[in-house]
Amino acid sequence: MWICECGILQDVSLQCAKGCDVVFASCLSACRRANMAASGCRGVRSILWKYGSYGNNLFVSRSKMVPQLPLRQIYVASSLWKKNLAAAGPQKFTQEFIDKQVEEFEVGKRHLANMMGEDPETFTQEDIDRSIAYLFPSGLFEKRARPVMKHPEEIFPKQTAIQWDAEGRPFHFLFYTGKQSYYSLLHDVYEKILAIERHQDKMRNKGLFTSDTKQILLTGSRWLLKEEIEENLVENISVQDYMRLIQLMELLLSMPYCSLEEEFILKFRKQLEVQSSKYEIPALQYDPQGVAFSVADGRRKSAKASITLRDSGSGNITINGRNYLHYFPVLQNREQLMFPLLFVGMMGRFDIEGSVEGSGHSAQAGALRLAISRALLSFVSEGEVEKMRQAGLLTADPRIRERKKPGQEGARKKFTWKKR
Amino acid sequence: MQCYGFIGLKHTITHNAALFLTLSGRSSKGNMAAGVLTGVRQVLRGPRLVSAVFSCHGQTFSSAAAAPDTAAAEKILNFPLTQPDYFRLSELFTLKDLFEARVHLGHKKGCRHRLMEPYLFGSRLDTDIIDLEQTAEHLQRALNFTAHVAYRGGIILFVSRRRQFGHLIETTARECGEYAHTRYWKGGLLTNASIQYSPGVRLPDLILFFSTLNNVFQQHVGIRDAAKMNIPTVGIVDSNCNPSLITYPVPGNDDTPVAMEMYCRLFKMTINRAKDKRRQMELLKGISASV
Repeated sequence: MWICECGILQDVSLQCAKGCDVVFASCLSACRRANMAASGCRGVRSILWKYGSYGNNLFVSRSKMVPQLPLRQIYVASSLWKKNLAAAGPQKFTQEFIDKQVEEFEVGKRHLANMMGEDPETFTQEDIDRSIAYLFPSGLFEKRARPVMKHPEEIFPKQTAIQWDAEGRPFHFLFYTGKQSYYSLLHDVYEKILAIERHQDKMRNKGLFTSDTKQILLTGSRWLLKEEIEENLVENISVQDYMRLIQLMELLLSMPYCSLEEEFILKFRKQLEVQSSKYEIPALQYDPQGVAFSVADGRRKSAKASITLRDSGSGNITINGRNYLHYFPVLQNREQLMFPLLFVGMMGRFDIEGSVEGSGHSAQAGALRLAISRALLSFVSEGEVEKMRQAGLLTADPRIRERKKPGQEGARKKFTWKKR
Repeated sequence: MQCYGFIGLKHTITHNAALFLTLSGRSSKGNMAAGVLTGVRQVLRGPRLVSAVFSCHGQTFSSAAAAPDTAAAEKILNFPLTQPDYFRLSELFTLKDLFEARVHLGHKKGCRHRLMEPYLFGSRLDTDIIDLEQTAEHLQRALNFTAHVAYRGGIILFVSRRRQFGHLIETTARECGEYAHTRYWKGGLLTNASIQYSPGVRLPDLILFFSTLNNVFQQHVGIRDAAKMNIPTVGIVDSNCNPSLITYPVPGNDDTPVAMEMYCRLFKMTINRAKDKRRQMELLKGISASV
């Protein structure tokens, strides 16, 4: 074994993998004399034994090589010496390089305009694309593989701007933590907590401390999600970091005088939209007698239903021209029809006229129920609409029949399993 | 929504007079060693490490073209090194102040680190008492070194892993215009800096440890990393800490709020004094540091 000039412990091969020449001329000449190939190790061993004391030829003698020690052959894979390209990460470009590319793009744009016989001053990106498509016609299907000439801003990935000044001093005082925006946010939140504590102490000293102060309204809003906070901070944070931030905000909220920092806290809360406002309520119509009625549709599995709900009625239900007792002999289906009216408490008020087709009796009952609920929206107040939504009356049942799969008896049932 | 993201300007590192000044300062290692260390007891590893720092700390700037008055610029940098206490830091604190800030209180006898025994005065009711005379000397040296580094425009990083004082230290660092790191120390911050940050990043020139232990009572990784990267360190070592790898250890209490506030105040005053002095000198000589 010996150590070549780049400091790598060498095995019996004569040349270092990095390509630098082995330093020991004496060893080299001796090896050449012995007609050494890379494989023959016994010959080298004997020579190394003879030239045991390396003396001044040795560049670095880390271990005192005693000639009597048996020499071990170490095999090292060549992949160790190759550069690990994956570990370097995405390629980074310097600002000078990008500026040069921009310059070249501008010059090239003018050349292109001249080539196409157009005015270089008013040559837009669409003109460039057109010209390139004309000059370099490509039959490739993949649009992204075709020749393209775009501004370097669009081609090179955006990198964060240099975060220090001309002398190398970073701008932000928490730069060396790695996550400067996130930690500075934590710092500010803690600052506010301390400010509120000081305020509390002042009030206590004056004897004006009370626990029932103006509280911040938090109903109807939620904390910002981790992704939204990452977007605001322009840097990535981990789940634990996010949880720590929410913990600190909750701590801030738990203090009696937190209303001092209300607007700061509300920046981190997002208002939830009221879901019930999303439903389109069918218009309330009036027939020639002045009676109000509304029409609505509903679907379940493959059953389609259409309902007309008439006001000032006596609770008669007619489906497909027949009385509902005749159409739905099963009690469960009749209960499904009743339920929306029972829920809003308008049982005997309406006359229902409906038509339904498709699927089976249960699905038809479900379709009718949805249609009745939707028709009821125009007779009912805003708060009731929200209640109906939460009761699940306005949600269309998404379940459909699952397909049969090959190799199985049905959708889930498998063929008989035989052990052998 | 107040944006915490950094939207910076594109800066290119320009070669200017300031760089020349820093570079010329770096070359005068012998003077530095002589100027900084005073007093009877000299920490032997101090001067060698300091000189090693200034010769090895890699800045890849090439020397700029000759600044208009190089002699004056050199004088600005070299003159403070000839004086033992150029920034008059001995008037910032007295032994009595240290005592009243409870700097002499160490941990219990069982927590004592073997290498801290030279710095201890003794122990009373099982509590170790730190020798304040030694502390005063070490603190004087540490403050002097910090002042010189700040005078020459070095980057100073305040490090501590005590959650009780993290906010205080970050505030102190911000007020002096320096940098702080009181959070979880990621593995290769110093040793793998070109990948953790960006290729051309400048590492701190001095690291101040306000507590050398981390939250599990082991030595802070930053001490070993700074030693690896040839960055000098100043550290407040309590009686349960290991002072070996720290360039300018200051034996003292790191648990009491009064003591920590005092240290923060002292370091802030030193750095501000040094920076003001530098600005004053430059105004006097009529050289502007920034182009």
